[in-house]
Amino acid sequence: MHIPDGLVDAPVSIAAGAIAVGGVAVALRQAGKDDLASRAPMTGLVAAFIFAVQMLNFPVASGTSGHLLGGVLAAVLVGPWLGSLAVTTVLVVQCLLFADGGVSALGLNIINMAFVPAFVAYGLFVVARRLLPASRTGVLAATAVAALVSVVSASVAFTIEFALGGNGAAPVTTVAVAMVGTHVLIGVGEAIITTFTVGAVFASRPDLVHGAKDLEPTTLVEAVAA
Amino acid sequence: MIRRTGGFVLVGVLVALVLAFGVSRFASSEPDGLEKVAAEHALDAGEQSHALADGPLADYSARGVDDPDLSTGLAGVIGVLVTFAFTGGLVLVAVRVGQREPTIEAS
Repeated sequence: MHIPDGLVDAPVSIAAGAIAVGGVAVALRQAGKDDLASRAPMTGLVAAFIFAVQMLNFPVASGTSGHLLGGVLAAVLVGPWLGSLAVTTVLVVQCLLFADGGVSALGLNIINMAFVPAFVAYGLFVVARRLLPASRTGVLAATAVAALVSVVSASVAFTIEFALGGNGAAPVTTVAVAMVGTHVLIGVGEAIITTFTVGAVFASRPDLVHGAKDLEPTTLVEAVAA
Repeated sequence: MIRRTGGFVLVGVLVALVLAFGVSRFASSEPDGLEKVAAEHALDAGEQSHALADGPLADYSARGVDDPDLSTGLAGVIGVLVTFAFTGGLVLVAVRVGQREPTIEAS
């Protein structure tokens, strides 16, 4: 899902770069506001884990593979601000060290793979949690739905960027159908990996799942004390 | 009461290292969804090669390591460690800067 150099024209790529810089600045400020120093190692772990799992492309259809995006995983574990930062740093490392994702397309890739999953799809997670039972199963079901939708919405975001400044001649509707069709399948893989990982963290350290904070007994005790 | 996270983070990073070093060799090398769609619909007509394609770790291969599995695995290990340090460091700096900023005090 990493856009290489030259797929999207310079004006749209530069605009995306500006949006990405602004978004990262806001996320850094938010991260700095609260006393989140204790979250730095956990955010580092989330990013390192996403980097590793993004290397593990899985087959989805004949001649096509997919890999984890990780935005929903990150947001559910450390919250959307730190989560979007974690995926952004993964994308920066991949671009600069591993030549994966164009330098000129870095802003586009940050929007599609960090911001859209960590904010849009995580928003869906929050809504789904309100509709589902306040339980471990509810958290995992909301995680699965948000993870699936995150990949599809990232593919829609790419389609919009292609419509705005794509260098190819293909009709936008054709690209939209092809992108969404392929990424629904990849989204199923995203949902499986994300739900399994959140479930594993939940089983060992439920206090480290940001998206399930309301289920924590200690939180309830504090609420009663206050 | 915040429980310590050191042990959990250490175990987690070890898991990531094992995945990056040992499991990456089994990854599918087929094009991903975007690459596939781009090739099928000629979206990549204007594609340029990566500006940093000559880097020592380009395309997840450690340059100079002949064995492809080992080359990918080593690149993955470096990537996991760099990503962990970069991300954790960035958040730490953000918190330090955030705490140093003047806050409006009720006086």
